Amino acid sequence: MPDATGLELIAQELRAAQGAPPRTASGSPVIETIFFRGRGTLLIEPAHIRGVLAQLRASGYGFLASVHGVDHYPAEPRLGVIYELLDMSRVDRITVKLLLHSERPEVDSVYADGEDGPGWPTANHQEREVYDMFGVIFRGHPDLRRILMPEDYEGHPQRRDFPVGGEPVVFTHNERTALGTPK
Amino acid sequence: MTRQPLSGGDGVDPARLRVRDLNARQLLRGGELQGANLPAHLRGRELEKEELERYVAERVLTTSLDKAVAWARSNSFFPLAFGLACCAMEQFHAAGPRMDIARFGYEAFRASPRQADLIILAGRVSIKMAPIIRRLYDQMLEPKWAISMGACCSSMGVFNNYALVPADKFMPVDVYVPGCPPRPEALMHGVLKLRKMVQDDPDMGWRDRYGARGTEEVLSQEPRPADASATAARETAGA
Amino acid sequence: MSTGEEGGGPSTPTLSEYRRREQSITLAPLQEQLPGAARKDDSREELLTLNFGPHHPATHGVLRLLVTLQGEVVRDIKPIIGYVHTGIEKTAEDKSYWKVIPVIERMDYLSYYFNAMAFCSAVEALTEVEVPKRGQYLRVIHLELNRIASHLIWLGTSALDLGAVSIFLYCLRERELILDLFEMSSGQRMHTRYFQVGGVIEDIPRGFEARLRKFLEVMPERADQYGAILNSNEIVLQRLRGTCPLDAETLLSLGVSGPLLRAAGNPWDLRKADPYSSYEDFDFKIPVGTVGDNYDRFAVRLAEIYESVKIIGQALDGLPEGPHITEDRKFALPPRHELATSMEALIHHFKLVTEGFRVPAGEIYLPIESPRGELGCYVRSDGSSKPARVHMRDPSFVNLQAVSHMVKGSYIADMIATVAMLDPILGGIDR
Repeated sequence: MPDATGLELIAQELRAAQGAPPRTASGSPVIETIFFRGRGTLLIEPAHIRGVLAQLRASGYGFLASVHGVDHYPAEPRLGVIYELLDMSRVDRITVKLLLHSERPEVDSVYADGEDGPGWPTANHQEREVYDMFGVIFRGHPDLRRILMPEDYEGHPQRRDFPVGGEPVVFTHNERTALGTPK
Repeated sequence: MTRQPLSGGDGVDPARLRVRDLNARQLLRGGELQGANLPAHLRGRELEKEELERYVAERVLTTSLDKAVAWARSNSFFPLAFGLACCAMEQFHAAGPRMDIARFGYEAFRASPRQADLIILAGRVSIKMAPIIRRLYDQMLEPKWAISMGACCSSMGVFNNYALVPADKFMPVDVYVPGCPPRPEALMHGVLKLRKMVQDDPDMGWRDRYGARGTEEVLSQEPRPADASATAARETAGA
Repeated sequence: MSTGEEGGGPSTPTLSEYRRREQSITLAPLQEQLPGAARKDDSREELLTLNFGPHHPATHGVLRLLVTLQGEVVRDIKPIIGYVHTGIEKTAEDKSYWKVIPVIERMDYLSYYFNAMAFCSAVEALTEVEVPKRGQYLRVIHLELNRIASHLIWLGTSALDLGAVSIFLYCLRERELILDLFEMSSGQRMHTRYFQVGGVIEDIPRGFEARLRKFLEVMPERADQYGAILNSNEIVLQRLRGTCPLDAETLLSLGVSGPLLRAAGNPWDLRKADPYSSYEDFDFKIPVGTVGDNYDRFAVRLAEIYESVKIIGQALDGLPEGPHITEDRKFALPPRHELATSMEALIHHFKLVTEGFRVPAGEIYLPIESPRGELGCYVRSDGSSKPARVHMRDPSFVNLQAVSHMVKGSYIADMIATVAMLDPILGGIDR
């Protein structure tokens, strides 16, 4: 894991590459750097995800270990997508995080190759899972279907406002009512 | 403990002791006691003379034959090689060298549902898998039995959530084996209970057992010529 | 071979497009699936889409494969998963942290200690709880035993797929010994809830060490026997050597890790690269393959069994004295004899059992090396006693994407062998 100063340097490089002044957050891809328990996280603007990942790949973080989602309900922007990167030669990990509003949960997919460079083939099933569970739409993914739930399922189960569901547990005090009315 | 006389005292009313009062004729006549096992055209009637003799002969023969067939069927279940999740690992161990399922004759795990008669639902049934399991169960030929192994398919198990379905919501289950996962010994106990069930009950039709007549899946609308004779045969032969 | 529907089902008026496709696998949907497929007009060279599973003896678990064949050659393969999706991550959000452990253990159901280890380590990193040395060594012993047990089932079921049925029974015989050891230390054979946040729930009983040493003597000989049977079997060698190789570059871009990556020549193992839980104290090698074909994947996993035996032996020899779980009463239950004398212990016990411990707000991703690759656990805490999000980055889920690259252009039989060598565990894939 890069230490705190290393993380800041990476953030500065990213801002510089996008042509933004190094210390301000406006217009630059990196909103915030978070250093917590020895691990660094870059919170970035969703529009720049492909560029940031490409730049990190160029600086050595060549292995995309995980793409997963998180729901910060009720705080907006609510849907987060987190990319875990690993640099095998330096045994270094870095996290890239972006936040999306639930009204327009769209972000560019990093799976397919685009005009701005090669993609990350490992993101195929993982982006589909984030779509299935949270409803985040990955623009440019050639096959964005549900992967874990049946394809005609409605709702995105791992959002925090989706009920856990399940069968009612039947005890003697509710055995007549819990199972519904008999036919 | 003192012995109580059968008549008088508290409790036992001799009029309610049916064992001595029943005689063979009444049993064979098919009163309300035997109503369930009678074929449809004989129910609610008293049998006389040749009909009675024929009925007696049939019953004696079919009862022993039924028992023999039940004994044979119970000792040679062909389980479907079907494992869903963690319980499948313990199912492997039940078939393994220590808790050997082959001791009882059940080692022939068949891959095809057409050749199997016992489906052991080993593991959690998700909503995506439930229609497929139902299709597999329908493909099995009668007589067929189902064991729900583990807590997840019997009740919802550890996970009581949107993704799982308990097995008895979509298919009839004969034996439930609790555990998470149940030890191979527990699975064997369940299978042996099923064996006992099969041996003691000469009535084979599962649809009668669960009140499920009319739940057969109809594959095509137009009646096939074989169907007419099949239904006629079923009516005359009885349950 | 195919257990899919020939066509037709119950004639309901409204069927969604997905259900209609599910019920009839014909050539028609193929054209949507393979837009660029080379289709000759000669009717003898049609492409056939075959549906493997989800109920199939050769798919490990309920994996569904849509295989497009030209004759016997596989042209395209699409894995369809989700048939054992249990909503584990959603259920975990509802439970306090120590109640999540049994739920999360049932994810990758062959390597249950690894699931618990990933989650417990993530929570320990969030709460900055130290695991005492004895606890770490006990964890390593159980993890490596579980690795051997997982590889034994892999070996048994893969050999079963290839036709070598007796290996399955031999492997189960050894696995019974390991499950006896687990039962000795925790009371359960599988899903033992042995790992807790801060260490392990109980110290090992008397007799565990003797039994474990006997097992360690026996296991290498038995592994030699498996090697002897399989390595000199012409059929196994023909089916595994040279079939479905894939180079390390492609595997890395697909996110594959674990024995699959090591078989292709990349010696990446988190136990050596980024040691956790005292793995740096032990001296062991990482088996690495050269070609990356099915035989290398098989050989790497078989060699890992020997290495795990070595690690357990060293851990047992060097097992330090001390507590087996952290002494911090805010996270670990106090020992029962203290409850009679100390009021504080009673209060801690009460708070831990009813509400559970609180974890400071934050999020963390912590990877460990499971028998299938990099198993990562992402935990997000919002400061309460229940996690706000638990996500397991399961290695099989990511490794499954490699199957289409490996299998294109080979025969169906090679596809079966490759899926076996991939060691997918559907519980982890579907969660």
